[in-house]
Amino acid sequence: MTPLMASPLVEVRELSKTFDVSAPWLARVIERRAPQFVHAVDGVSFAIQRGQTLGLVGESGCGKSTVARLLVGLQTPTSGEVRLDGIDMTQAFASGQAGTLRRRLQMIFQDPYASLNPRWTVADIVAEPLVEHGLLSGRAALRERVAELLAAVGLSASDAAKLPHQFSGGQRQRISIARALASNPEFLVCDEPTSALDVSVQAQVLNLMQEIQQRHGLTYLFISHNLAVVRHVADQVGVMVLGRIVELADRRTLFSRPAHPYTRMLLDSIPDVAMSGRVRQPVQGDLPNPLQPPIGCSFHPRCPHANERCRVERPALQAIGGVQVACHAAEEGRLP
Amino acid sequence: MQPLLEVDRLCVEFTTRHGSLRALSEVSFGIAPGEVLGIVGESGAGKSLTGAAIIGLLQPPGRISGGRIVYDGQRIDTLPDEAMRRLRGRQIGSIFQDPMTALNPLLTIGQQLVETIRTHLPLSESEAVARAVSLLEETGISGAAQRLAQYPHQFSGGMRQRVVIALALAAGPRLLIADEPTTALDVSVQAQVIALLKQLCRDRGMAVMLVTHDMGVIAEACDRVAVMYAGRIVEIGPVRDVIHSPAHPYAIGLMGAIPSMSGERERLLQIDGAMPRLGEIPQGCAFHPRCPQAWARCRSERPELMPAGASRAACWLHDAGAPR
Repeated sequence: MTPLMASPLVEVRELSKTFDVSAPWLARVIERRAPQFVHAVDGVSFAIQRGQTLGLVGESGCGKSTVARLLVGLQTPTSGEVRLDGIDMTQAFASGQAGTLRRRLQMIFQDPYASLNPRWTVADIVAEPLVEHGLLSGRAALRERVAELLAAVGLSASDAAKLPHQFSGGQRQRISIARALASNPEFLVCDEPTSALDVSVQAQVLNLMQEIQQRHGLTYLFISHNLAVVRHVADQVGVMVLGRIVELADRRTLFSRPAHPYTRMLLDSIPDVAMSGRVRQPVQGDLPNPLQPPIGCSFHPRCPHANERCRVERPALQAIGGVQVACHAAEEGRLP
Repeated sequence: MQPLLEVDRLCVEFTTRHGSLRALSEVSFGIAPGEVLGIVGESGAGKSLTGAAIIGLLQPPGRISGGRIVYDGQRIDTLPDEAMRRLRGRQIGSIFQDPMTALNPLLTIGQQLVETIRTHLPLSESEAVARAVSLLEETGISGAAQRLAQYPHQFSGGMRQRVVIALALAAGPRLLIADEPTTALDVSVQAQVIALLKQLCRDRGMAVMLVTHDMGVIAEACDRVAVMYAGRIVEIGPVRDVIHSPAHPYAIGLMGAIPSMSGERERLLQIDGAMPRLGEIPQGCAFHPRCPQAWARCRSERPELMPAGASRAACWLHDAGAPR
């Protein structure tokens, strides 16, 4: 935390994204079906201080990747706003004035096999943001900067002439990181950057990402389904269920005193590598269907503390005991 | 106890234009009834290949080039295809990673279960349906009788994996090969599937070989674990010993690389480099170029599994002549 509590670098307010997944018009008319929507992201708000990492966890389909794509402008939000250093990015993206803004944020994707163009050399891939944003010109200058970036991620300058298929998954993810760093961004959105990697390679990439963060003072949004990884990298952690944040707390509090029943369930369901004898509670029930989300709290069908209120009224995120929680049971003090 | 499955010095080779590549080298282990053996390692270490070799489903040009696989006192690696096909399913069940591709999307769950049951067991249609219902109930699917008429897409990921497990158990196999059965599932669902596998193993006295890259799953589900690296077992022992005091430097690195859920966070232990490709496995110990403790002998001579605490490790550090 900065001593002055300066204004956050990234601010997200009531961000929502709705996808239209209706059947084609004619089929709808014939079968008299109503249009159907998925609320992939539903009123998400958070802020990230400069130099900090916000971890976003949740199970498949909870909307965490959509949040990432909304933040970098790959999707347009249905409503809500995203501010980078006080500037409204949604407006900037819409008005085509986003050039200098885009330079300040970059994204690292999950699949290092799909996110690099197989026909481009590593030099072309890493230099693309430099050329695209007109940051550098001249072959010699570009070559020098690419070599510098490759060295920063632990690759050698001679790798610049190679093609992506000549690298392993971990090395490809390093190339993605070098590309993301090319435009000297302040904010990196990392969508499951180590999920496709083996543990030993994951350790290399996580260590590298932390070194880079310290060296360049970067701000991260780190999305993962792996709680241990999030615990390792994040300062603040947000837990998502069906498009909403149900708990937002600093790392230490969230992992030592989880407030929301869903967070507790997630923590209880991680396999115990340390074999401390902790009894893991298998959760009953399945993930809810995003097309027919439960009425009331979206976790109530699986929640052991749910009562009548939870089945009808959707809880809002509010400060309870120093953390942000969206849970009636926590609010009423019904949780053990 | 007498092991139900014994794998002895199993070697698998792939013949390519550039000569033959050895993907598995002298892999040996046994699994007793009621025991869960975990096989852990990173991509390309040969975990899945070991499972495929045991159930006789190696894809050409892969072939078993040495060693023996003995199931219940009978050698099965040399069985003709037809005999192996009967053994597979009836005696040896298998579960694969992706529950969607393991099921036929055009047939109902009931059709698939009944077909599998009747292929292996001499039951009438109605007896097979009754067995299908009891299998689904055993794997924790509620409303089993109604769900028989549903198609795979009507089941969630975790439920599908339960159906796949029910299919694997259809003929009452004594050995189950589970290849990454929980990898495609979310953590909350993963816990349910692991608990189910453990319970089935206990109730039925089945021997289970659980292939996974996830140490958490190993810690929770297995009795013993074998760590594989570049086509060989580098350490094998009781799961508690391998996790708490690994003996092989690779196993130590692997354990240290896992972000912990307790204690202060520190920099993760990092093994530099990557596992060698099949054609470029170095002389001596395959791990020596990445090993922080390698000494002269590691570079020239390949270590066999040798006693190391409660486990056995293929590492010269555990030899009497190792430098201290």
